[in-house]
Amino acid sequence: MKPAAFTFQRPTELSEALAAYAANPGAKILAGGQSLIPLMSMRLTTVSELIDINGIGELSFIEASEAGVRFGALARHAELHAHEEARRVQPMLHAALSHVAHATIRNRGTTVGSIVHADASGEMPVVLTLLGGTLTVASTEGRREIAADDLFIGPLETALESGEIAVEAFVPALPARHGIAFDEIARRHGDYALCGLGVVLGLTEDGGIESVRAGYISVTETPIVVDLTECFPDGIDASSLVAAGEKALEQLEPEGDIHASAEYRAQLARTLTARVITAAHADAKARLFQEVTA
Amino acid sequence: MTTKMMGEPVARVEDDRLVTGRGRYADDLAPEALEMAVLRSPHAHARIVSIDVDAVLDVAGVHAVYTYEDLEGALAEPLPLLIPHPNLTHGRTQYALAKDEVNYVGEAIAIVIADNRYLAEDAVGLIEVQYEFLPPVVGIDAARAAENLVHDDVPGNVAATMEQSFGDPEADIGGAPHRLTFDLEIERSACMPMEGRGTVARWDPDLKRMSVWSSTQTSTGVRAAVATKLGLDLSQVDVITPDVGGGFGVKIVHPWPEEVLVPMAAKVLGRPVKFTEDRREHFISSAHERGQQQHIDVGFDDDGRILGLSVQFWHDNGAYTPYGLIVPIITSTQLIGPYKLPSYRVVFQSLYTNTVIVTPYRGAGRPQGVFAMERTMDAIAAYLGKDRTEVREVNFIQPDEFPYAHGELSFQDGRPLIYDSGNYPEMMRKAKALVDWDEFEKVRDEARAEGRKVGIGIACYVEGTGVGPYEGGHVQIETSGKVKVSTGLTTQGQGHETAFAQIVADELGVRFEDIQVVTGDTRRSPYSVGTFASRAAVMSGSAVALAARAAKAKALRLAADALEVDVDDLEIVDGIVRVKGAPASQIALGTLAVLSNPLRYAFDEASRAATQFAVGDPTKPPVAEDDEPGLEGKDYYSPMRSTFASGIHIVIVETDPETAEVSILKYAVVHDCGTLINPRIVEGQVHGGVAQGVGGALYERMAYDETGQLQNASFMDFLMPYVTEVPESIEIDHLETPSPLNPLGLKGAGEAGVIPGAAAFASAIEDAENFTITSMPISPSELYALRLSKATDTATERTNT
Repeated sequence: MKPAAFTFQRPTELSEALAAYAANPGAKILAGGQSLIPLMSMRLTTVSELIDINGIGELSFIEASEAGVRFGALARHAELHAHEEARRVQPMLHAALSHVAHATIRNRGTTVGSIVHADASGEMPVVLTLLGGTLTVASTEGRREIAADDLFIGPLETALESGEIAVEAFVPALPARHGIAFDEIARRHGDYALCGLGVVLGLTEDGGIESVRAGYISVTETPIVVDLTECFPDGIDASSLVAAGEKALEQLEPEGDIHASAEYRAQLARTLTARVITAAHADAKARLFQEVTA
Repeated sequence: MTTKMMGEPVARVEDDRLVTGRGRYADDLAPEALEMAVLRSPHAHARIVSIDVDAVLDVAGVHAVYTYEDLEGALAEPLPLLIPHPNLTHGRTQYALAKDEVNYVGEAIAIVIADNRYLAEDAVGLIEVQYEFLPPVVGIDAARAAENLVHDDVPGNVAATMEQSFGDPEADIGGAPHRLTFDLEIERSACMPMEGRGTVARWDPDLKRMSVWSSTQTSTGVRAAVATKLGLDLSQVDVITPDVGGGFGVKIVHPWPEEVLVPMAAKVLGRPVKFTEDRREHFISSAHERGQQQHIDVGFDDDGRILGLSVQFWHDNGAYTPYGLIVPIITSTQLIGPYKLPSYRVVFQSLYTNTVIVTPYRGAGRPQGVFAMERTMDAIAAYLGKDRTEVREVNFIQPDEFPYAHGELSFQDGRPLIYDSGNYPEMMRKAKALVDWDEFEKVRDEARAEGRKVGIGIACYVEGTGVGPYEGGHVQIETSGKVKVSTGLTTQGQGHETAFAQIVADELGVRFEDIQVVTGDTRRSPYSVGTFASRAAVMSGSAVALAARAAKAKALRLAADALEVDVDDLEIVDGIVRVKGAPASQIALGTLAVLSNPLRYAFDEASRAATQFAVGDPTKPPVAEDDEPGLEGKDYYSPMRSTFASGIHIVIVETDPETAEVSILKYAVVHDCGTLINPRIVEGQVHGGVAQGVGGALYERMAYDETGQLQNASFMDFLMPYVTEVPESIEIDHLETPSPLNPLGLKGAGEAGVIPGAAAFASAIEDAENFTITSMPISPSELYALRLSKATDTATERTNT
């Protein structure tokens, strides 16, 4: 479990990193390294050159404003998870990050890195999609923003072009009268989810259901968000929750592996759909109550 | 009075070192050593057509590459079959490096020695091997079907068939008022110590001496193997176990190919060489255990009393049988547990598959045996509508029936299966009290009314521990008064340094902190067997107690001379020998150590007292004819047969009605390992064992695909439980029925915690779900599938006749 030989550089300016990457598009960017380094050590991938961006101070930031939360490529999961303002502005970040692996991995792993790893069994690609976030990428040619909907184009595959480094991500604030919930079921605490689900639920001014959007983990090849609003014309009850689960399953493609059968994952999707929508509804009502009484 | 140490929850002296990163493991030694990497077979079954190493030879930093062709003498012979058995008619072992054929993914084919492991792995990637594929045999079904053979010359893939019996079970079962037959299955798991295997060797060409440091459970075993394989005299080889990061059984197997190849390379190259196993290698090239299929046939009366039991099982021994039949023999004998069987027949086949070898993993065949017997007890209770504890109680061996012989059954040590002591009814009383067993029906009913599923499960076991043949102890009192203790068996974190020091402190009358214990160093203890079968406390504990008694006898004799009193009037307290009732008349053990060794040369102030012009009766030789210099004691302990520890585990689980996840609400253990040396260490052993039991019941399996590739050879996919998956607290109660077989009444405690895990969880899940569980481990996905199948098919697996 030792990686094959590679060259290594650790620039301290983004421009240096971009130039180095442009010069060698076969290089890999090292941020938290929580997926890349094990793959290299097990020789499941070989890398000719590592460009370590950990020395680039400008990428290490978290900014929360009323518009939303913007975080740099070196913001660690643990930092974003613990960021009180970020949690207030967009509580889904904290809720989902609680389920990302273990504390030691969250201390090192970066949220932007997790997003561009584009693993549909990771939490953060789905969260970015569910929240309608964007990713900013940079190259020697300049910067551009990619909407989450356009970012994930295949399993472990993103719309980043050769020479582009993901430098920051943005998720909009949770709108008024909205609530969130996130839950997942894994074999062990901190494992990849067998199935997971984040829900953003909007209420009308009189407390009816305005929107229900659900992002699913580990039951498709690319991150997926399903709009389940139409399942709740008359509010949320047991039968509408069952209907929502079935509706969601029409768009999901759960697969079996050594940890769980496809049927079981479908059952988890049903169960979590009901549980998480119920929780998001309670959260939305609580927030609405706070907004009204504030 | 010296504070009594035996039975006290003394804090472990080794922990400070081990938990603050100051342990020294094989990989920490000889940083200058060359490192070895191994080319392992990527195929489960293939003939090796050719191996081309040319591309490796020119790589900078590579010192050597070896294949089977380079092995000479005994090293070119198959590795030893460690425990031969007359029934093992078709035993097979692998070569240190594969000759002609590979039989599992991971089998060693070639090694590269390089400046470091990185370069060695690069070089391994350059070796080209041509294979001719053979059909792999994966799983017990395929082995039994024998459409393909693992070894051409082993018909039916059967390494061994063995039968043991007493009474006439067929007649007893046939004549019984009730009869049940059913099938059971247990999946594979493995030891998974934090530190994998590791070996460092240094050859001194001037002194012609081989020093080997190996992460092993038997230093003397490795020493003998290295000497034999390399054609060295035993006296030329030292094997030292540094700190070992866990063993759990896998490191009793020896020699591993690497354990002889590293010394070979060190000798040829004249440089220290090191091999450090990585985690993937541990999964695919060490050892697994547990996999069995079982068929039960039992007859019983209206009270649930077993009248006859007949068990047939099929044991997956993997590709080779270096450890003989120990695991299935243990299953077949320990299956009986704490029960009285009027008649019993057990037949097993040990079967080859193209998978990693199967050798003892903590529990060593007992978890499977307990699973068979405890599932049987639950099946009888369900059939008769009786409480599960009642059915067990009616079958218990009673306290006044010890020693209890199970017919003419022969145990794993080749000796008759005779239980030494125990009190199973009292153990059951304690176990039921820990969980309020009789009230649980109400709890379950209330939960059901709320739509929740909770269940309680129970499993009893008896564990043969402390098997022979022997261990030794050496206790030496230095002139400083410090006491140095050595025993030959090895330590993998159990707390031997603490427990053995407690024994010596009490036996000798010295302060605990003045005692230092060394284990597993052939320079100190050349005669020893090893650490396995929960034997360290019984074997080495007894041996160091005997050695301490010998040292004490000599100290008292010397003191009696010096103080001119009778030996019987003396006592030793805190390292001072004194006259009972007249403590002012005293002499320190350190002083006696000085006097015990008549000197010509004074090397310090204390030793002046022992020089020739200071002491001695000029009319006698300085050392009496029947005496030896020095204040030390040495003795060996060799028991007639094994001791038998016992216990009961009860677990309460809740299963999620929607997701079928299993959560543990309570876990309770009653445990009897005879006299307790250190309850804290015993409880730690129980905690760790329970955690492994949880793993074996709910999480761990070896996911081989049909081609023999292990699909989960990493900690990401092999689900060893985290601390978050094991019970936050474990209720423990001890029972102490001392063993009459050894001086301290000890029984072993090392493996017990893991043994009844799968059986207890199956029992609890069955209770929560109200349908039969026949296969473990069980995942939520499998439990969910069972629920669906039970909902559509109400037929039961059990054939009731």
